Amino acid sequence: MKATFYLSLFCLILLGFVACSQENIKSDTDQPEAEKANLIITIMTHDSFSISKNVVARFEEKLKAKLVILKSGDAGEALNKAILSKNNPLADVFYGVDNTFLSRALKADIFVPYAPVSLNEVDTSLLLDPENRLVPVDFGDVCLNYDIKWFKDNNKKPPVMLEDLIKDEYKGLTVVENPATSSPGLAFLLATISRFGENGYLDYWQKLKANDVLITNGWKEAYWGKFTAASDGTRPIVVSYASSPPAEVFYSEGKLDKAPTDIVIENGSAFRQIEFAGILKGTSNMDLAKKTMDFLLSKDFQEDIPLQMFVFPSNPNAQLPEVFKKFVKITKEPAVLDPKLIDTKRDVWISEWTDTIL
Amino acid sequence: MDRYNTLTTFKKYFHPYALVGIVPAIFFLIFYFYPLSGIFIKSFLSEEFANNQHSNFGFLKQIFSSTRTLKIVWFTFWQAGVSTLLTLLCALPCAFVFSHYAFKGKKLIKTLSSIPFVLPAIVVATAFQACFGETDSPLILILLAHVFYNFSVMLRIITGFWSSLQGSIKEAAMALGANPLQVFLHVTLPLLKPAILAASTLVFIFCFSSFGIILILGGPYYSTIETEIYRQAAHIFNLPLASFLSLIQIVFTFFLMWIYTLFTKKAAKFVPDAEKANLKKPDRLLDKIVITATIIFIVSLCVLPLLALVVKSLTYNGEVSLIFYWALFENQTDSIFYIPPFHAIKFSLFFAGAALIIALVTGLCAALFIRFCDTNIDNKLTSFFDPIFMLPLSTSAVTLGFGIIITLDKPPLNLRTSIFLIPIAHALVGFPFVLRSILPALRSIPGNISDAASVLGASPWKIFKNIDFPLISKALVAGAIFAFTISLGEFGATIFTARPETPTIPIAIYRFLGQPGAINYGQAMAISTILMLVTAIGFVCIENFRPDNSEGF
Repeated sequence: MKATFYLSLFCLILLGFVACSQENIKSDTDQPEAEKANLIITIMTHDSFSISKNVVARFEEKLKAKLVILKSGDAGEALNKAILSKNNPLADVFYGVDNTFLSRALKADIFVPYAPVSLNEVDTSLLLDPENRLVPVDFGDVCLNYDIKWFKDNNKKPPVMLEDLIKDEYKGLTVVENPATSSPGLAFLLATISRFGENGYLDYWQKLKANDVLITNGWKEAYWGKFTAASDGTRPIVVSYASSPPAEVFYSEGKLDKAPTDIVIENGSAFRQIEFAGILKGTSNMDLAKKTMDFLLSKDFQEDIPLQMFVFPSNPNAQLPEVFKKFVKITKEPAVLDPKLIDTKRDVWISEWTDTIL
Repeated sequence: MDRYNTLTTFKKYFHPYALVGIVPAIFFLIFYFYPLSGIFIKSFLSEEFANNQHSNFGFLKQIFSSTRTLKIVWFTFWQAGVSTLLTLLCALPCAFVFSHYAFKGKKLIKTLSSIPFVLPAIVVATAFQACFGETDSPLILILLAHVFYNFSVMLRIITGFWSSLQGSIKEAAMALGANPLQVFLHVTLPLLKPAILAASTLVFIFCFSSFGIILILGGPYYSTIETEIYRQAAHIFNLPLASFLSLIQIVFTFFLMWIYTLFTKKAAKFVPDAEKANLKKPDRLLDKIVITATIIFIVSLCVLPLLALVVKSLTYNGEVSLIFYWALFENQTDSIFYIPPFHAIKFSLFFAGAALIIALVTGLCAALFIRFCDTNIDNKLTSFFDPIFMLPLSTSAVTLGFGIIITLDKPPLNLRTSIFLIPIAHALVGFPFVLRSILPALRSIPGNISDAASVLGASPWKIFKNIDFPLISKALVAGAIFAFTISLGEFGATIFTARPETPTIPIAIYRFLGQPGAINYGQAMAISTILMLVTAIGFVCIENFRPDNSEGF
């Protein structure tokens, strides 16, 4: 017994030692930059945020300040935390309010109006706040993804529009996310409301339910748990993002020259999620916060967005990476809903949906 | 009891065992009651929420007007009760075998059965799918997962207690002509009652406030109070309703624990046996069959799903490959959030170690204090403090997290973004496990042993060091294991604000599963396997850690 104890202790110490030595190598190279900057700028955001190291380095060099990023839960949670801490904000800039939460954020009155330098380059359809308290930074289309191989093996035609999902031949093939707990789920619900109208969407969902649709609480469970292309699941159609196929290629150990999945985006079946950023009221350094907003819309950061977060930059002048150019389809006419209507009706729609479908 | 009546009031309240109660009390006041009262006051009384649609306790109407909320409350109780019963049914026979027989591989099996505790629910879902295939019944998955997670809690607490039961009492009953069933029902079971109740209460409250399992395995068709709080707080932002539901959870837990304390007070006292004194070697055929059956049962319940994950992490395109493990070391997108595996291991171990120490110290202090209150000051104090100490286990992490954001925001307690908040939050949840493991053992020590020592001139510290501590060391180890595993498995971005500088292994798992792609999935499996390995090594270290002075007992 003593022997196992010492052996395990040795293993632990070894692990710790290796971990520390790894860090030492790292911190030696990272140190100078962090030390030079004594100003700190903090961005509060959600768990899916990402940025590459060299963009951070360029940011810190340009602004002569250190960048700190606070991840505060999923999109809804992070925003609520920002609202709760408004008397004593946790950060200078908030990144990641999407268009379904836009009105809640504006109503809470936690953002300062500011138009970043390159805002005029951004596509006007993305600008939803005329006062520019929140400005669009990126967008992504939520849509149906399907498993190409499954449809080929089963000699079936993949779906082309939302109406297909309620046909007999697509019975039991689809998995979607719960709009009450998942942001792609909510986006998909909004797509169906845009397509079938406020009076018709519940009817569509009832037919979908009769056609044995499966509902999960989050994207991870749907994609990694039920989607045939990514798991041992049995559903070849899933609600995901238009950028999921290029992600499948990018994260495939370089062997794939073709995505294993494809998307359904036309006929008003894709809903555009736009992500916004803004300066938090009560920031200790307004000047730096403004420069940070400028940076978020600059090419440096915008060109980093696709591969880090697998969404599109809001600045159309930003170059897209190869894998995006090659494997991405851009929705020509996404489903649209007035953000004001979304705000007044969101809770009603979700509870109507919950009462009817669950 | 007699000795204590001779203590003066002064000595009573300033006895070291009474004073240590201050440690958990302060810990709770600062990190639990202060943030919670902050969020409750804000939700119920502040102008901000009084002006919106959820105002003026309108949320109460919301609750009672829809059957949905009532259904949720009912389901919460139902699933917790059934899960606890199932876990007890699985664990009790295994605990019998573990506490009566010495056999090869016992420690290994015990270690393996505790590993599920650290795995995130999403990974467990994958493991079940690989092992048991696709089930269309989320209910079965929920119950199975609860048994999978909690089996080792029951097994450890009951085994620890059972193996220290004196053999002589049973032998006496046998000699007087009782058959084995009678002995079990009238002797063993009453003696085991404190441990069974302690373990069942823990498991019940754990399932009662179960979050990830219900959300991920149950899907949208099943909600508990905990998942409803999350939905209301994080997505609908109806704080009054979320706070009210949190309050229901807290009041209920307090009430349940209050009844529990009433039940356990009259527990039998006995002198714990020396370690391993009455472990049988499996000589008879029947013994061997029983042991084999137990091993097969535990392996198929706890080990096979884990093995499925390991296999997944080692398979690429149908061949055995280490490709996912190598990929862990490569920052493919140059992301600042890239988590080097050794980094994640280091921070996971660091937080788990810190949480273990905080939970053990506060838990031990609380247990000593409660035992002292029991016998010396007032029984009523116990029935008040004991339930309070269990509350963190059933308090919604989202609610507490929001509370921390609005209250711990000024120096000297500006901890909102501090890394110290992480082990503290973990320790808050680990604390009830430590307390529940230690208390039955501590209470079973008859007062006359320490009375004798005291009469012979031993100081309270000496009594603790030489009598109490060695007798509860086994229970302490069990408590330490729980605190360690809870911290290792905690994803907990809900409770604090995570920084990329201090990633843990569960955070890495979630990061990989955040984006599509086969490599991401494989890496998630690989790092899950590493998490299991680190956990197992940690267990062996904790279990073999025995202070020297306990050897002689």
